[in-house]
Amino acid sequence: MLRTLPLVAGGLLLAGCGGGVLDPQGPVGDGNRQILLNSLAVMLVIVVPTIIGALVFAWWFRASNSKARYRPGFTYSGRIELIVWSIPTLTILFLGGLIYYGSHALDPRRPLGPADKTLEIEAVALDWKWLFIYPAQRIATVNELTIPAGTPVRFRLTSASVMNVFFVPQLGSMIYAMNGMESELNLQADRPGELYGQGAHYSGSGFPGMNFTVHVVPAEAFSGWAAAVADGPGVLDAKSYRALALQSKDVPPSAYGEVQDGLFDAIVRQEIPPAPGPSGGRGGAPDVHPEARAESLSGSAAESAADVPGANLCTAPAGTIRTTALGAKRGG
Amino acid sequence: MLGKLDLSAIPLDEPIPLVAALVVFLAAVGVLGWVTIRGWWPYLWREWITSVDHKRIGVMYIVLAALMLLRGFVDAIMMRTHQAATLFGPGYLPPDHYDQIFSAHGTIMIFFASMPFIIGLMNFVVPLQLGVRDMAFPTLNSVGFWLTASGALLVNLSLVIGEFARTGWLPYAPLSELDYSPGVGVDYYLWAIQISGVGTLFTGVNLVTTILKMRAPGLGYLRMPIFCWTSLASAMLIVAAFPILTATLAMLTLDRYLGFHFFTNAGGGNPMMFVNLIWAWGHPEVYILVLPAFGVFSEIFSTFSSKPLFGYRSMVAATLFICVVSFTVWLHHFFTMGAGANVNAAFGIATSIIAVGTGVKIYNWIFTMYGGRIRFDTPMLWALGFITTFTVGGMTGVLLAVPAADFVLHNSLFLVAHFHNVIISGVLFGSFAGYTFWFPKAFGFRLHEGWGKAAFWLTLAGFILVFAPLYLVGLEGMTRRLQRVPVEGWGPPLLVALLGVAVMMAGAACQIIQLVVSIRRRESLRDETGDPWDGRSLEWSTSSPPPAFNFARLPHVENEEPYWSVKQRSIEGQPLEAPDSYEPIEMPKRSATGFLTAFFATAIGFALIWHIWWLAILGFIGAYATFVVFAWRDEAEVEIPAEEVARIDRERLRVREAWYRRREEAA
Repeated sequence: MLRTLPLVAGGLLLAGCGGGVLDPQGPVGDGNRQILLNSLAVMLVIVVPTIIGALVFAWWFRASNSKARYRPGFTYSGRIELIVWSIPTLTILFLGGLIYYGSHALDPRRPLGPADKTLEIEAVALDWKWLFIYPAQRIATVNELTIPAGTPVRFRLTSASVMNVFFVPQLGSMIYAMNGMESELNLQADRPGELYGQGAHYSGSGFPGMNFTVHVVPAEAFSGWAAAVADGPGVLDAKSYRALALQSKDVPPSAYGEVQDGLFDAIVRQEIPPAPGPSGGRGGAPDVHPEARAESLSGSAAESAADVPGANLCTAPAGTIRTTALGAKRGG
Repeated sequence: MLGKLDLSAIPLDEPIPLVAALVVFLAAVGVLGWVTIRGWWPYLWREWITSVDHKRIGVMYIVLAALMLLRGFVDAIMMRTHQAATLFGPGYLPPDHYDQIFSAHGTIMIFFASMPFIIGLMNFVVPLQLGVRDMAFPTLNSVGFWLTASGALLVNLSLVIGEFARTGWLPYAPLSELDYSPGVGVDYYLWAIQISGVGTLFTGVNLVTTILKMRAPGLGYLRMPIFCWTSLASAMLIVAAFPILTATLAMLTLDRYLGFHFFTNAGGGNPMMFVNLIWAWGHPEVYILVLPAFGVFSEIFSTFSSKPLFGYRSMVAATLFICVVSFTVWLHHFFTMGAGANVNAAFGIATSIIAVGTGVKIYNWIFTMYGGRIRFDTPMLWALGFITTFTVGGMTGVLLAVPAADFVLHNSLFLVAHFHNVIISGVLFGSFAGYTFWFPKAFGFRLHEGWGKAAFWLTLAGFILVFAPLYLVGLEGMTRRLQRVPVEGWGPPLLVALLGVAVMMAGAACQIIQLVVSIRRRESLRDETGDPWDGRSLEWSTSSPPPAFNFARLPHVENEEPYWSVKQRSIEGQPLEAPDSYEPIEMPKRSATGFLTAFFATAIGFALIWHIWWLAILGFIGAYATFVVFAWRDEAEVEIPAEEVARIDRERLRVREAWYRRREEAA
């Protein structure tokens, strides 16, 4: 144990210099980091003197210190109360500005560039892997994300089953992926490299395997990569999607050379029903709610509609509405 | 006959829970056997189980909390050791088991460790500080406690019979819906929390009524000790917030049992609504826990500085300010769910505004120390540990309230470190401080100082060692609830945290040793005056432990610090107290209602979890019959005759007189 201590201490010192949110690789992450550090600095200005003050007062006014003056009657001072309420209020006023500015400047929905220069990726949180669909390229990957450097990327996110969060720490902001809803996230990577990405909301027993590598490739190499994937095998349509959506753990990266149009919208609008859960837990004998299980396994009526190629899958999501101010867009 | 329950419910294939359960079972059998052999059952039944005395109930709450704190701590040790072990191998907990452990850890620590500890302190102290003889509804108080114990029993039962939830401590839909959690784990969670939640609501109602309606003559609102104020604020929050929890979990229960679709993916359900509702309860819950702890610290800063609390009215205002604003901030728990920039900004600012109230409190505590004569007894050490570390936890909390920062910190170990930082240094340190502070009042002897100080320093050091690295690894991007560690660079901080857990274990051991040593040396630690810390409020004016009726004569309160001013006057030559006649006292009669209600509630809960419908019906009939019997009883009170009151009170004065004389001789 003692021998590992220096190693551990060294690791702690290094922490914050590699791979984390303090080492951003794109404009959004830069912004997050800046706001984080600024807010921290604003508060430290108050917090550090407060802690020191508490300890100094406690020590100086110790009972055994005969030099300290005992003032049992000092229990109220209007001036001190004014200061005591003002200091935190002023800090919060200042911080309030940062909060307002930051949540607008870094609104995940805010585009990072013109729409025609933006790459669109549709991400689906599955149990327990990530599916990334490139609608313009008509390809898809699983547990592996490839994006061009220096290009704004617009993610549309949803989940096939339970909630999850899409998070690439070094690119910045994360956002929830929820079934029957669509959320949006704009990110950009500045330099080619390999980044770590993960699901950041616990989603069941396969959750720790829900991480993926983000390959940031030079912008000019991206189309070559996409073409190579498109040449490859694998077709992602409603049927193979349903097989993919079954629960599985630690899925190695793979790719689909062809993707049916409108698949993502069909998932959001639940034309493809939510993916099924596990077959049973302890005490959850298979006879629990047989009708519910049968329905989600067979996919019921929606399945037949989704199986027909092109049938109502290609229509624009006209029914998409924003439900509440609190929420993501909801499939109609 | 037994619903879904059969032998497969026992995890025979998983050695860890089985062995743990066996140990617990043997310990329980040992304790019960010992009680039987010693013939203590009649005493326990009469004096504790059926007691409606607020002091006894308060003590039982804290015993329950201490046991659950240990259980939750064992869970924490398993999580830290397992996660560290996965750096070198597969670890020893499969995902199914690990997921239950972190869910159980959170559930137990919040609902069955922190809540009972805080409620136990309020139960014990508030009527004494108010100068009254019991709570407004003594039997309801007993029902509340036993229902909490019933919930705790169900959670622990899930260890051996079936499974616990694998959803985290708040069962976010749709993961907690039948489709994704078909086992009984979530049902255990739901019924345990519903049953104990009803108990907590009773306690809240009881405390609000007691504080508003039952104060000693002359004790106006602005003369109440600050602990009573924070208890009032906390109890009002319980009354306002717990119904939300009950309703939310009831909806999830309907989803799971009767095919409703409040929070399901399909059928028009909205899982986000669950998140909204659960946090509409969940954020006030944080203040339900921490406000009474602030009250404890206020009492301690003032007592051990030998000064009244600085800026008392300002403190009251800050407490009520926090109480109200705590209902307007819940959305900060899900900034990352895609709300718009304006919504996020509004809730972010509201959240940071709460920190103003807390900031005011911290400055007033500092100015309470200013000009004081500070004694560094164990309670004061906890208070100083609190004020330094809590400030950091509050700061990281405000940092998380900045949406743009939360976008990269949400769900990370930074968040985990933050809320442990506030809950441990706020609620847990507050509980330990209050426990050390009022222990002599409850049992008549002080706790051993040396072991107490050792426990404090080890707990503080261990706590910093665990959570400082977790802050860092959170900034590295590590997310919470990972059964294994996918990034190598996260290893070293996790190992430091593991070291911290070992130090915290030593701290916990010191606490246990402190209790044992203190009991063994109770004669030398005896508190004969009833006032071991040179206290200022009314609870120190009666004997330790107080008689069942607390005060032979209800005190007359003339200012903010009634007992302190009485003592000042006696120093100026007047006698401390000179009662010339005593009157008989009516005290509430002991009742088995609470215990029986909880017994039937446990049966109902267990039956509903396992779909044993006949048992559920029997349980309901039993619970209703208990209520009817209670409602129709003729005698609610027993009279303590005046001679008995006089005898007890004269004995108290005699012991105290003797102590003063001995002290004067020594001086």
